[in-house]
Amino acid sequence: MVPIISIILGLLVGALVMIFSGYNPVNGYIALWNGIFGDAYAIGETIRQISPYILAGLAVAFAFRTGLFNIGVEGQLMVGWFAAAYVGSAFTMPMYIHLPLSLLAAAAAGALWGLIPGLLKAKFRVHEVIVTIMMNYIALHVVNALIKTVSGGGFKTEKIQPTASLRSDFLSNLTDYSTLHYGIFIALSMVIVMWFILEKTKTGFELKSVGFNENASHYAGMNVNKNIVLSMIISGAFAGLGGAMEALGTFGNMTSRGGFTGIGFDGIAVALLGANTPLGVIFGASLFGSLKYGANNMPNAANIPLEIVSIVIALIIFFVASGYIIRVAILRMNKKKEAK
Amino acid sequence: MDYVIEMLNITKKFGNFYANDNITLQLEKGEIHALLGENGAGKSTLMNVLFGLYQPEDGEIRVNGTKVNVTNPNVANDLGIGMVHQHFMLVENLTVTENIILGNEPKKMGIVNIKDAAKDVEEISKLYGLNVDPYAKIEDISVGMQQRVEILKTLYRGANILIFDEPTASLTPQEIQELISIMKKLITEGKSIILITHKLQEIMDVSDRVTVIRKGKGIGTVVTAETNPEELATLMVGRQVTFKTEKGPSYPKEEVLHIENLVVTDNRGIEKVKGLNLSVRRGEIVGLAGIDGNGQTELIEAITGLRKSKSGSITINEIDVTGKKPREITKVGLGHIPQDRHKHGLVLEFSVGHNAALQEYYHEPYSKNGIMNYRSVSDYAQKIIKEYDVRTQGENELVRALSGGNQQKLIIGREVSRDPDFLIAALPTRGLDVGAIEFIHKRLIEQRDNGKAVFLISFELDEVMNVSDRIAVIHDGQIVDTVIPTETTEQELGLLMAGHTKSEALKAKKVGDDQNV
Repeated sequence: MVPIISIILGLLVGALVMIFSGYNPVNGYIALWNGIFGDAYAIGETIRQISPYILAGLAVAFAFRTGLFNIGVEGQLMVGWFAAAYVGSAFTMPMYIHLPLSLLAAAAAGALWGLIPGLLKAKFRVHEVIVTIMMNYIALHVVNALIKTVSGGGFKTEKIQPTASLRSDFLSNLTDYSTLHYGIFIALSMVIVMWFILEKTKTGFELKSVGFNENASHYAGMNVNKNIVLSMIISGAFAGLGGAMEALGTFGNMTSRGGFTGIGFDGIAVALLGANTPLGVIFGASLFGSLKYGANNMPNAANIPLEIVSIVIALIIFFVASGYIIRVAILRMNKKKEAK
Repeated sequence: MDYVIEMLNITKKFGNFYANDNITLQLEKGEIHALLGENGAGKSTLMNVLFGLYQPEDGEIRVNGTKVNVTNPNVANDLGIGMVHQHFMLVENLTVTENIILGNEPKKMGIVNIKDAAKDVEEISKLYGLNVDPYAKIEDISVGMQQRVEILKTLYRGANILIFDEPTASLTPQEIQELISIMKKLITEGKSIILITHKLQEIMDVSDRVTVIRKGKGIGTVVTAETNPEELATLMVGRQVTFKTEKGPSYPKEEVLHIENLVVTDNRGIEKVKGLNLSVRRGEIVGLAGIDGNGQTELIEAITGLRKSKSGSITINEIDVTGKKPREITKVGLGHIPQDRHKHGLVLEFSVGHNAALQEYYHEPYSKNGIMNYRSVSDYAQKIIKEYDVRTQGENELVRALSGGNQQKLIIGREVSRDPDFLIAALPTRGLDVGAIEFIHKRLIEQRDNGKAVFLISFELDEVMNVSDRIAVIHDGQIVDTVIPTETTEQELGLLMAGHTKSEALKAKKVGDDQNV
């Protein structure tokens, strides 16, 4: 009930913005709808867009559930992207080794990028927010430098070998030749992995306990520092896999970047929208992914400039995130009714 | 008689659970009215109804004879009802005055007028003999002082009816005496007081009348002068309660805990335990008596592995555990009921079941090959809930929702169920009612009779005197003396705790003996 009201409110205020800027909101929203669900191709591309968001969201949510705020998903995702692109292009191997190895490389790179802030937090109590933010910049420039090195001075890595690709002719044909790839299944299986770790394993029990109450966990004999480091490693691995989606699925390589991809930062919102639960992350990522992709259709089909589109999308997400306000409003209204 | 507050036939339900079932409480003007009940009996719920935090399903509230509708705490404030919370609601790094005016700041042209406010605070403080420095920072003043700031806060906001929620739970005996005189002063100045407590002696000392509730039901109201602690305890618990814990003689055997020349520093690097020696044997309960802050906390933390010691040695079961990690020490045979149950004892956001397994989750049957077996965790939790009478809606309920006494029973169940050779019980009965205290004392003695060593740390002298077989007195980081409870008096202990020598204490003991004769 509340999320639906949130989305409707977001759409309404977004419509106002379009009206005041002199555009037709009805056309705008039809374009948005068609951009997301309009045809098989749009649906395929939307799902493709959702996959990295799921993994970025899982990375943030996992750290959050264990009491850590991982702002470094962006950087972890970029190093994962590069690692997958490099391993995917530089070696020749049979697929059943090459693809898993490329994925593993992405996860390992992300995990390494998470390990550093984890260690600094565990050993010296340096706050992970500061370190992870800085690690994002380091990732950006290190990756650019590495791309230059491996490509012999160029600005993009070579295309990955078919043996490392997540591309799927079957999924592509199914969706009218979209770039939909197997990554969505990896993302969804990671949702199950996160749920399994947190809810079923001994490690998950410890991680949650440390996240809730470090003192009581220490008293109960848990190794608090080990758990902090472990949590950052797992979180970073999720993020690195998010990068692999782009490297092995969507783009097939990595190009030097002038700035961040934004997926990692959006992952924070995805996780919070999903209340940091595995299932919630799917919901958050679906909302983010479909709006992001579908919005591309608004400039073409409704002549609404990209800037206005960004504002409208931001408003919808804003209202969904403010679900609390709506809940309070509903409560107030019910009370008034009772009073009468 | 005029009633300033009447709560008539209040019923408050949570789901199908009746937290308050048809309870009536009438407060006369100028009286101290005690509200007595076990942990979880519904005292706090009733007061939260009065304070507007909960809306009752049934019943009405009258203030000075007029029916009122207390929909939120602001309404309660306007009606002159003020609450002194058990857990203080103060901002540590602000001054007394800043805390008192917080949320209600007097302003002069948009700027907070601290000076006038401080003057007001000082005036009120003088009027009621509270003796609070308006410019002192909260973090610099004692717990007793902080409580007075809470009292001042309600008075500053014009409260005529003050609710004290377990006010003595964290106070020293001296501070309790001072609080009692403050309460009496408040009454002479025309205020009325509701005192929530389960400490019978306090009720006998200060209150005029007592309303007793048990398991959510109103049992009745009695005049304090016409009753006695035994009757009150029976009314509260619903059965006869023994005050003096019954126990046979102890038969101490070999040493379990041995501490030699232990030195421990606190977080600032100041030595708090200064060359301490101590031993606890199988089959005995050793009580540690002392005034708070004489090194008890650091001593326990060093034994349990939560804090590194600077020098000296600690052995448990003849195994050197100095500097070992908590789990290594636990495995040697240590059980620990920590003094701060919220900080160290429990993960409040975890369920009862998870908390029950907090010390045991890592081995079979609770987990195997890294996978938790939550079914056996549940079974284990249910066993503890049953054996230790933890009142909860089930093992899936969050521990945060349990009353303090039931949280404590859960911890004790968890620690004692592991059957440790050496059990540390730090302030195990803090904030608990007589029924729960009796239960816990029995369990400690049971452990002793099973040949385990028990080390009891308490600030309550009668607890130490009643339960221990030997009393070690700690002062300034050292054990100044060890006495036998039956051969000592509270006066002697008090003097030893204050750092006086044995001979001085002996003199006092003689005087005490003479008085007893």
